[in-house]
Amino acid sequence: MEMTRVRPAGAESARTDTFDNDSVASGRIRRAPENFLSREQITQVSQGRRDFLRSSFLAAGAAVVGTAASPALAQSAGDDAILTPQPWATTLGQPVASNPYGQPSKYERALARRQSPGLTQTTAASVSFCPLQGLFGIITPSGLHFERHHQGWYDVDPAKHRFMVNGATPEFVRTPKVYTLDDLMRLPPVSRMHFIECGANTGMEWGNVAVPTVQYTHGMLSCSEFTGVPLRTLLEDCGADLKKAKFVLAEGGDGSAMTRTIPIELVLSGEVMVAYGQNGEMLRPENGYPLRLVVPGVQGVSWVKWLRRIEVGDRPYAAKDEAIHYIDLMPDGQHRQYTSIQECKSVITTPSGGQTLLDKGYHTISGLAWSGRGKIKRVDVSMDGGVNWVEATLQTPVLSKCLTRFTAPWVWDGRPATLQSRATDETGFVQPSYGQLRAARGTRSIYHNNAIQSWKVAESGEVSNVQVL
Amino acid sequence: MSRFSKLLAAALLLSAPALAAEPFPGVGRPATPAEVKAWDIDVGPDFAGLPKGSGSVERGMTVWEEKCAVCHGTFAESNSVFTPLVGGTTAEDVKTGHVANLKRPDFPQRTTFMKVATVSTLFDYIRRAMPWNAPKSLSDDDVYAVLAYLLNLAEVVPDDFVLDDRTIREVQGKLPNRNGMTLAHGLWPGPGFGTEKARPDTANTGCMKDCKKAVEQVSALPDYAWNAHGNLAQQNRRIGAVRGKQTGPEEAEADAAAPARALAERQGCLSCHGVSSRIVGPSYAEVAAKYRGQNSAAGLVEKVKAGGEGVWGSVPMPAQPELKDEEAKALVEWILAGAPEK
Repeated sequence: MEMTRVRPAGAESARTDTFDNDSVASGRIRRAPENFLSREQITQVSQGRRDFLRSSFLAAGAAVVGTAASPALAQSAGDDAILTPQPWATTLGQPVASNPYGQPSKYERALARRQSPGLTQTTAASVSFCPLQGLFGIITPSGLHFERHHQGWYDVDPAKHRFMVNGATPEFVRTPKVYTLDDLMRLPPVSRMHFIECGANTGMEWGNVAVPTVQYTHGMLSCSEFTGVPLRTLLEDCGADLKKAKFVLAEGGDGSAMTRTIPIELVLSGEVMVAYGQNGEMLRPENGYPLRLVVPGVQGVSWVKWLRRIEVGDRPYAAKDEAIHYIDLMPDGQHRQYTSIQECKSVITTPSGGQTLLDKGYHTISGLAWSGRGKIKRVDVSMDGGVNWVEATLQTPVLSKCLTRFTAPWVWDGRPATLQSRATDETGFVQPSYGQLRAARGTRSIYHNNAIQSWKVAESGEVSNVQVL
Repeated sequence: MSRFSKLLAAALLLSAPALAAEPFPGVGRPATPAEVKAWDIDVGPDFAGLPKGSGSVERGMTVWEEKCAVCHGTFAESNSVFTPLVGGTTAEDVKTGHVANLKRPDFPQRTTFMKVATVSTLFDYIRRAMPWNAPKSLSDDDVYAVLAYLLNLAEVVPDDFVLDDRTIREVQGKLPNRNGMTLAHGLWPGPGFGTEKARPDTANTGCMKDCKKAVEQVSALPDYAWNAHGNLAQQNRRIGAVRGKQTGPEEAEADAAAPARALAERQGCLSCHGVSSRIVGPSYAEVAAKYRGQNSAAGLVEKVKAGGEGVWGSVPMPAQPELKDEEAKALVEWILAGAPEK
């Protein structure tokens, strides 16, 4: 499909079919490729010559779009958005609690969970992807958290939800116990921020580029503050034999009664949490309300939703989602079983596939990095497809098994570029290239694709998904 | 336990022995044996937890055709709702325990029987989660029977086979991919598999300058794939440093879905009924065509609420007891009106 090229400022009308939108007409945006700043001037600005900007006010005014030819603009008194009083500044706004539960602005509807057409045949056993292309910082708004349901979701009545701990045989748990939400919410809580990534995230891209945007390449990824009780506390409360125990089984209370095996060492570390809270409120129904397991660093399928039971035992359980799915096919025909850790990975979210840069000049490259083995130590960014790299800035906080936001400045000269990010975690592990990952695992694995993502920037400013070895 | 927490525990023991014995008095209660029995339904690879029972291939075929075939196909080969269960294995695989087709990059599908290495997995999963729209409704004998039928379709057991809590152990030794799993990897977050020394299988370095001679781009988004996910301009914010690429016509904002459609989504109706395509049940277009002009709305309202089977096949539609009369009526009117989006 032909990209609609943006007309230069000063053309008859700078409004285009592509960006026919009020915010574009506001004149804040300068048009490519006729930047109103020359490259030298951009350099001056980037070096802090702000006085230059002030003296260039008229020049900037000349680039304001939405009106006729530039001579008229040069003579105008300024930006209409400033000079004409707006309704929100001159009339009465809405009262408190008009929206008892607040909603995002109506201008933000583009950022929504979406399905990838053709990925599944029925919406109750499917995935919706998180719109990473428009999010800031590291916390995923709860309403945009990605979804993966095996047998549909329910809004479970919390008064009828029960959580049970028992042993594979009586010797593993002295007193099998039942807890209500009333019980669990009396116990000392912990709150921690962690990422959750589906093991199949980026799975469509193992063999070749398949999908256009970061929402679909990496959007089975979210990050929240979770609140709950360490599973260890509950096992101790039941008198579990934590020396004899080697594994626990987590089981969901929905139709699929999802089960996964978790090593006892993770539970003993205190990290595994029986969570009811997410970002300051209760879990959302789509994310397991009223109770889910949080298993930091481990793929999302182990974070069992609508958690109803933990069984303590001494051998793995070979549940459906660890014996038929979530197993990694290697080139020799063997499947790696119980692969669970989400290894160090990163992706640039802005600019990313399906987006168009509006102009040459200064941009901030921004993205996310994470590791299932701990903290992110550094992120490097390349603008030339991985030949040369510069170190990105990590935004704080940088937390273990949590998303880390990185940024890097970039002055785009208008020539084609290939953007990549490469994360290193605190164990020293460096995110692999596609060439390295495929050399180790072939191209048919579906799961645990943590290869370096490449976004190609064309002269038009259009960004597309490509793969570089 | 750290030294500090040991000290803490000792201090607690000295000062408040009751508290140390029971750190959270009044929280939780012992589970009754009946409660544990009701929920502890997992069956492990060593067959711990396997209930007594039995089922023949023949009985399994009957259950299959009633409750399973609509999604999985008569021979468990269908790809229309879920990935195929059976196919891609050979008699030679049954001997070796390795599915040879898994080595072929050109082999199109990976069926359940090409992958599964533990027969307990199949029993456990069918019992806990099948049929898909009525999980946990099969008797243990019928779980044995359905699994016997699947094993027969996969040519693991003969037509006259009876699967029970004894013969299932022999079947384990015949699964085509029983030797197809490896634990030799570094992606397990604990010891327990003897893999604690396993290293990550890639070793990139933090090279910063002149890291390679050329950029080898091996794949790019094909032109036809640009619009497969809708209009990307409407999936990006309309302010900021970038805009989404226009890959299709501007679509109307989706905030005005018909209330009945929203209701159908909320009730899970659309998981089994497509508006224009059959999923598990008939499409709404088919339903509307069948009943149009028959003054049948009242009868359909009852049918939606009570559930039923037989009109469109043998897969029962679950009852919707929580649905209010006016909601059921709105749904029926919406369906008969052609199930419009808005």
